[in-house]
Amino acid sequence: MKNNIKQLEKMANTLRQDVIRMLVEAGSGHTAGPLGLADIFAALYFNVLKHNPKNPKWEQRDRLCLSCGHVVPIRYAAMARAGYFPLSWLKTLRKLGSKLQGHPSYQDMPALEHSSGPLGQGVSVAVGMALAAKMKKQKHFVYCVTSDGEQDEGETWEAILCAAKYKLDNLIFILDRNMIQIDGFTEKIMPLTHLHEKYQAFRWHVQKIDGNNMKQILAALNNAKRIKGKPKVIVAHTIPGKGVSFMENKWEWHGKAPTVEEANRALIELKN
Amino acid sequence: MIINNKKLEMKSCRDGFGKALLELGKKDKKVVVVSADLAESTRCLDFSKEYPSRFFEVGVAEQNMAGVGAGLALEGLTPFICSFAVFSPGRNWEQIRVSICYNKANVKIVSSHAGLNVGEDGATHQALEDIALMRVLPNMTVIAPCDFEETQKAVMAAAKIEGPVYIRFGREKTPIISGNSKFQIGKANILRQGKNVTIIACGPMVYEALAAADELAKQKISAEVINCHTIKPIDKATIIKSAKKTKKVITIEEHQVNGGLGSAVAEVLSQKCPVPMKIIGMLDKFGESGTAKQLLDKYELNASKIIKVIKMNARNH
Repeated sequence: MKNNIKQLEKMANTLRQDVIRMLVEAGSGHTAGPLGLADIFAALYFNVLKHNPKNPKWEQRDRLCLSCGHVVPIRYAAMARAGYFPLSWLKTLRKLGSKLQGHPSYQDMPALEHSSGPLGQGVSVAVGMALAAKMKKQKHFVYCVTSDGEQDEGETWEAILCAAKYKLDNLIFILDRNMIQIDGFTEKIMPLTHLHEKYQAFRWHVQKIDGNNMKQILAALNNAKRIKGKPKVIVAHTIPGKGVSFMENKWEWHGKAPTVEEANRALIELKN
Repeated sequence: MIINNKKLEMKSCRDGFGKALLELGKKDKKVVVVSADLAESTRCLDFSKEYPSRFFEVGVAEQNMAGVGAGLALEGLTPFICSFAVFSPGRNWEQIRVSICYNKANVKIVSSHAGLNVGEDGATHQALEDIALMRVLPNMTVIAPCDFEETQKAVMAAAKIEGPVYIRFGREKTPIISGNSKFQIGKANILRQGKNVTIIACGPMVYEALAAADELAKQKISAEVINCHTIKPIDKATIIKSAKKTKKVITIEEHQVNGGLGSAVAEVLSQKCPVPMKIIGMLDKFGESGTAKQLLDKYELNASKIIKVIKMNARNH
C-alpha cells in the first residue's frame, strides 16, 4: 500500500507524536534525531519499502538496517503504525521485559534485521547483507539509515570502501545530516566538511536533499534505486527536533527525553 | 618430537584449517569466507581460488570484517572470518560482541598466529589475551585445537553448530598428537590416564603436557593428561572427575594466566571441587622477538616447566 505525499506528511506528524509520548513514558532516550527522521521513516515504511508486516521475514523483502540505533523510537513508531505489532507496545519502550529495547535488539524483534547502537557497526552489517543478496542473485534492496555523528567512526569508512569495491548497487545509505551529536554541533566536535565530496571520492553515487521534504525524499529514493554499478548515499539534511519549536536545531535535545510538561507543549505544537 | 618412543609428524594447525575449509566449501554452498588481507597466512587462499564467488576480501579492516560476517550470517550463510588473533578478536572485539554475539549470528571467527610462537614478529603480534576476550562473551564458543588433525575436526564441528565460534591456533608446525581421537565441542579428551596429578592443556601445550607426563612416568609420577580443546563451554564433568581422582591440577596454555584456560578451570574447581592448582601461562607480560623455541623456553611454556611445578608441588605437600 503506497501512501501519497499528503498521507505521508500526515503520517510523519503522527509518528512524531508517537515518539514524544514514548519518550516521556520511558523517561530517557533520544528525542531530536527521531523527530528529524520522521519524514524519512514515513516514506520508507508507507511508500518505498517492499515489506510485509504480517510476514516480517519474507525472503524478498527489502532489508532496512538502522545503524544509528539510538534513533530507534521513530522506527518502532513506524513499525507499530505499519502493523508489525500493537500500538500499545510503544509505551513499553525501554522498560523491563519489553521487546522495544533502548537500542535495537534483533533477538527481541527479528524484524529489525540486526541489533545496533554502537556506531559504525550497522553499516558493515548492511554491506554483508548486500553482498549476500548479490551472491544469491536476490533482487531486494538493502537500505541503511546512518547518521552524521556515525561518520566519525573508522569502521564506517571501512564499510564505505568495501561497498564501493563490490559495486553494491543494491545498497542505499540514508545519511541523517542533522549537524548535531551528543556533545554539540558536528562541525565543532569533529568537522565532517564536504561529506558529499568524500562519498564521491569513495566512488559512491551521492544525492543531497532536504530530509524533511517528502517530495525530495521520495524522488531521491526512487532515483537511488535506478542507479546501477555503485552503492548509493542520500545525504538528507534534517532538522533535529523537527516540528517542536523549542527542540529544533538544539543539540541539547540529542540525548534526552522530554519532561511531562515539555511533552505536553510539544504535542500541542505537533497537533496544530 | 617424540612421545612414547614414537616419532611424531609435524604439521601446522593453519594448514589443517585450509584443508578443512576446502572440504567444507565443497560440501556446503552456504560456507563463505571473509578475509582481512591475510588469506595466504591464515590459509584461506585455496578456498578463494576454488570458490571465488564465495570469498570476500575486505582489506586490512577487521572491524568491517566482523560486521560483514554478521550480515552474511543473518542472511543464512555460514561465514568464516579469518585474520591473526591480535587483530581479530584483538581489534574488533566490540563488533564481535554486538554484531555477532548479541545477534547470535552464525559467524565462525578463525584466527591464526595466536601465542608466543609467532616469534620474530615480536610482542605486538603475539596474541596472548584472545581466549580471555572471547570467553567473556555470551553466546560464544571458544576452541583452541592442539594440532593439524584436531583443527580440521574443530572446523567441521564448528560449521555444524549454529552460532558464534572462535577458533584460535598458532603459526608454527607442531607435532600431531590427536590421531584418531573423537572431537566433540565441549567434551575434553583424556589423552593419558594417571592418578597422581592432572595436567590440563590446550593448543600446542597439549604436546608439552604429554612430553612432561612421559618424563614424569620415568620418575614414578603418574600424570593424567587432558586435552581441553574447548575452553567454552568447558567440560566441567571431565575436569571434576579427574581432580577428584588426582587431587592436584596443573593447567598450561600459550596465553596470559589471566582469563584463559587456567582461569576457566579454576572457576570450575574452586566452586565444585577445590584442590591445589597451578596455572602455567604468560605471567602478565608482553613477549618479544626471538625464535618460537627461544621464547617458549624463556617464558617457560614447555614440558620442563610442568615437571618443575609438579615436583615443587610434591615437595611442598
